[in-house]
Amino acid sequence: MDQNEKKLPAENQQVALDDERRVKVLSPGALVAKRFFRNRLAMVGLIILVAMFLFSFVGGLISPYGESQVFEGYDMLLQDYASVTQSTDYRFTEIEEGTLSSSAKTQFLLAASKNESTFEADGTTYSLIKEGEKTYTVGIGQPVVEVATLLGKYTYTDKAGVLNDQLKADFEAALAEDRQSFTSGGTEYMIQSAAKFHTICQVEPVALATRYMMEAASEDFAISYDFRLEALRAMENGEPSFELDGTTYTLEGKEGEAEVMTGGETVAYISSYVIQPVENGVTIDQELKAMILEAVENGQTEFVYTTADGDQEFKVERKDTQFSIRKESLTKLIKVYEYPSMEHWLGTDANGMDILTRLMYGGRISLLIGFVVILIEVVIGVVLGGLAGYFGKWVDNLIMRTVDVFNCIPTWPILIIIGSIMDAQRIDPTARIYMMMLVLGILGWPGVARMVRGQILSLREQEFMVAAEATGLSVSRRIFRHLVPNVIPQLIVICTMGLGGIILTESTMSFLGLGVKFPYASWGNIIQSVSNVYVMTNYWFVWIPAGFMILITVLGFNFVGDGLRDAFDPKMKR
Amino acid sequence: MWKFVVKRLLLSVVILFFVALILYTVMRCIPTSFVDSMARQLSMQPGAKSFDDWKAQLTQVYGLDGTILEGFFKWLSHAARGDFGDSWYYTIPVVEKFKEVIWNSFILGSIAFVLELVIAIPLGILAARKQYSGIDYTVTVVALIGISLPTFFFATLLKYVFSIKLEWLELYGLVSRYYDQLSPLGKMLDMGEHLIMPVATLVIVSIGSLMRYTRTNMLEVMNSDFIRTARAKGLSEKTVINKHAFRNTLIPIVTLVGGSLPGLFAGAMITEQLFQIPGIGYTSYNAMTNGDINFYMFYSVFLALLTLLSTLIADILYAVVDPRVRIS
Repeated sequence: MDQNEKKLPAENQQVALDDERRVKVLSPGALVAKRFFRNRLAMVGLIILVAMFLFSFVGGLISPYGESQVFEGYDMLLQDYASVTQSTDYRFTEIEEGTLSSSAKTQFLLAASKNESTFEADGTTYSLIKEGEKTYTVGIGQPVVEVATLLGKYTYTDKAGVLNDQLKADFEAALAEDRQSFTSGGTEYMIQSAAKFHTICQVEPVALATRYMMEAASEDFAISYDFRLEALRAMENGEPSFELDGTTYTLEGKEGEAEVMTGGETVAYISSYVIQPVENGVTIDQELKAMILEAVENGQTEFVYTTADGDQEFKVERKDTQFSIRKESLTKLIKVYEYPSMEHWLGTDANGMDILTRLMYGGRISLLIGFVVILIEVVIGVVLGGLAGYFGKWVDNLIMRTVDVFNCIPTWPILIIIGSIMDAQRIDPTARIYMMMLVLGILGWPGVARMVRGQILSLREQEFMVAAEATGLSVSRRIFRHLVPNVIPQLIVICTMGLGGIILTESTMSFLGLGVKFPYASWGNIIQSVSNVYVMTNYWFVWIPAGFMILITVLGFNFVGDGLRDAFDPKMKR
Repeated sequence: MWKFVVKRLLLSVVILFFVALILYTVMRCIPTSFVDSMARQLSMQPGAKSFDDWKAQLTQVYGLDGTILEGFFKWLSHAARGDFGDSWYYTIPVVEKFKEVIWNSFILGSIAFVLELVIAIPLGILAARKQYSGIDYTVTVVALIGISLPTFFFATLLKYVFSIKLEWLELYGLVSRYYDQLSPLGKMLDMGEHLIMPVATLVIVSIGSLMRYTRTNMLEVMNSDFIRTARAKGLSEKTVINKHAFRNTLIPIVTLVGGSLPGLFAGAMITEQLFQIPGIGYTSYNAMTNGDINFYMFYSVFLALLTLLSTLIADILYAVVDPRVRIS
């Protein structure tokens, strides 16, 4: 019952014909909105635009990545591990540290290359004693005997008690052959001559110079000078063993390579190759070295070295006299042009940055530039167009001729020349964006001004303006409070369409490299990568999404602008 | 009528003068001009004169000494006699380079323009006749897509599909490598083949506005009273459309087309650049990105002249085509 009673009045409600509620009155704004929302294309455009705004402004916040965040990954990469070269440099081992100055070393190299037996450095005469093809002993002479020559006769003055007939004979033989050094009784002597006086000097070895590499097998074994000398002597003379301090060492190995062993244990290696790790701080252990040398000797291209961690594969590449040992190793890489994956939905670009995120930030910049430029255009256009339309006469003439002049200024040449100048000046990318906004705004206002003037010319003759004048409103109030608001519908349409155009211009500029620059993203400069044909061919995901972004956004603006125009002015509709 | 034309012509000259002045001022406001970098480059060559010597010499040669106004009038007095100086980038007189390449641009522009007219006008009329139909919506959407397409993106897509994926057309250039060995017919075909993609780009990108313009005007005419009268008289729909409506639609279209004619010489900078067609757009793009001031001045003034010519032709044509305008 209760329910019925409540319902009845509503059903039986009588509505008179002239009842206010019968006539739905829509405000002009609501009418426009209704017409707009009925337009399917305009709705599609609106949805596109909302999506684009969300994508650009909210997307950047949601995206876990930054605008210019570079992604790095690890991958197995064949990398240079060590290089092997045949030793061509002399390495010096001094008995006492620092006996051989660097100039002496240089002089030694000269003398060795010229095959001389003595050299002078820092006022000291050094003697070279050739131990073998690759080894020399360097010594300093100690005067032991002075010899005066008179009419082919030699007068000896012994100073150290070493003089004997053998020495005399050897000295005279050496002098006759014009040699500067000689061996007598197992001792090296050298001859220093000054006119008719000679000094026989006993050579005291100070250093060993060799092109062989010698390394201890373990850290426990210290290589002494004597050991080195004896081992190298044995090596040079091809002797299978030598004795030192009561221990017998044996040499095993092929030509140029040897292992020095004692009691079945290897104590040192001699080799004519230098193995150097490419990276600092890496030590190559002897076993690996031996394997490398073996591989180099046998001309192998790869070998496997087994360690506790597992097998490591090495590759040997030869380049002239140099061998490089390469190894697969885990390397840090920038993920460049990575195909779309779960982490990067649209892959990564040339700088290893996430393309989807760049698209979001790019949209932000493109839209912002569009809005700022339109704002500049509208401010200049409305003020100048309004003044011209309202005042007419010479003001109109002056402003409209200015509009003509600006209309004639070709946009692209100016943009290109300014862009190339900014390139030359290396203008900061942020300043560039502001500069671009300003230039585009200044070049774009004439269209707005023309439209505003045209509208105002017709509006100012209407009755409401006469009324406004009659009420005594000030001129600026009449223009900007009564005339300009009536132009707003057309202004909105022109702005919406214009936004699309500016986004196109901006992206084209960025595409040509004149607009937004790295590190800032813009849809145009993302597509710029296609100027490299290889990228265009192989990495569609870099440029196609960005192109569609521009297309869809501009299309959205055009759809909405078109719909707005139809909604504001139904007479114009189709 | 003649008075109107003469007045417009004189006004155009004044406008052109100010445009040139602004262009020149923009160029002179550049902080380190091309002269500096060029002088630096030249002075770095072995055995060259010092930077200052070079700079003084170049400044003198290019008339950059003196105030902006002095320089402008100096430039203007030369330009008025058709002497636009030597291109800094191509090192030959600007006008000579212009004569060399302008016809390539003209050919490209005219082919695209004719195609545009042939496609856009019938489609626009068709859309207007069948308002709210599927065709109408399609035409509108296609036109808007064309307007919204970034030239560089569409050109790249074409290249990607037809040159790289299908390998039908060549990626760049106006002629192929063996052009010189071809017969005259072969030369034409070769050039035509190279023009397919640039023309397609230009047509698709600029067809939208003409299509919509035709459609809007046709609709306006179709809604006017004399069409209703013609229909009321019992004329066939064919006659109404072809004789009464179409002819009246032609008034604004002829005006627009006439006004577009000078634009055929302007060169399509982006398209030419993308397909490396040696037209005026590509040539001047290269010159300008290298800071060639003389070429920039010439090309800008040339474009401004074309714009003025366009409006002038459009205005005159409007008066010629529509007698009502002439009376008022």
